[in-house]
Amino acid sequence: MSLKAFHIIFVTVSVLLSFGMAAWGLHRFLTQGKTSDLLFGIVGIVAAVALLVYGRYFLKKLKNISYL
Amino acid sequence: MDIPFTTKARPDTGLYNAKLGIWLFLASEVMLFGAFFSAYILLRVGADPGAWAHGLMNVPIGTFNTFVLILSSVTVVMAWAALKAHNYSLYRNCMVITIACALGFLVVKSFEYAEKFRHYEVWMKDGTRMTGHIDYQDGAVKKHAYLWNTKTLSKKKIESIAFTPDAPNEWMPGQYYPPMTKEQLEHVKKHDGKGDHHHEAITIKSADIQRLSAFVPAHSTFFAIYFTMTALHGLHVLGGAIVLSYFLFRGRKMWQADPDHLTNRVEVGGLFWHFVDLVWIFLFPIMYIL
Repeated sequence: MSLKAFHIIFVTVSVLLSFGMAAWGLHRFLTQGKTSDLLFGIVGIVAAVALLVYGRYFLKKLKNISYL
Repeated sequence: MDIPFTTKARPDTGLYNAKLGIWLFLASEVMLFGAFFSAYILLRVGADPGAWAHGLMNVPIGTFNTFVLILSSVTVVMAWAALKAHNYSLYRNCMVITIACALGFLVVKSFEYAEKFRHYEVWMKDGTRMTGHIDYQDGAVKKHAYLWNTKTLSKKKIESIAFTPDAPNEWMPGQYYPPMTKEQLEHVKKHDGKGDHHHEAITIKSADIQRLSAFVPAHSTFFAIYFTMTALHGLHVLGGAIVLSYFLFRGRKMWQADPDHLTNRVEVGGLFWHFVDLVWIFLFPIMYIL
């Protein structure tokens, strides 16, 4: 497996982590009402979306490099 | 002596030697960290209610460090892609950012460790417990106490300590809260009890203390596995930073001698770096959030 393939796996896991962080923060905000948790949730969503956009860009940019 | 298949793939494996080598190494690393993750799960499910102290971690700092490592993975891939595109100056810049991220991660982690070494839990003889900080006077200077424990009190013949308690912590039932007004209680509750906001120090007699411990491995099972896993991970970050620094500082010479060989070396270093970052992606939520 090349660095390209491993990077795609890494970005996928990072997106899942970011969405998980967002869910955690928003759940805490809804149950406890703290603004810092809301901010944490928003940061998680923004990070996840940014990583998705980056992943798409990365795939397009390195399309000529092998996955092996 | 020329080592074969440093740039060209071996016909039998389809890979150049270093790539096969790094994946065999990473397989052994998966077993090492897998054993620790398994140990963590077993220790956690076997812990008594209220005994798992994970709510004491600093989530914003952990989040910051997570994004630092994600950024470093992006830049290490960009460095490799730059070499593939024969753009050495872009490679150098990306590698500098990667190494800066690695060092930044370690610096932040060391500050986080230092904060844990001056953060305490005290178990009183009446069965109550609380977390907070201890300050003491050294001449005219007020200092934070680092790495004190119950033995320190008797060894230094300390009769009482000035203890600044944290706000009530939702993860630690059965805590003791010093007497305070309703407004004060509301204030400390609002600030979450992560050690960043305190109310006034209270005096605790050493004779009333059953146990005193900083947040060190001896504090609890949680901190034992936390320090073991994060220190092991930190050593991997340091090792990766050293290897990538070698590719940065010796890169020009390697590039001039054999560009494909340097490109493959950076790919192998990048694979290791991604593995180290991936470990943190799993470590962060289990240690800080869940």
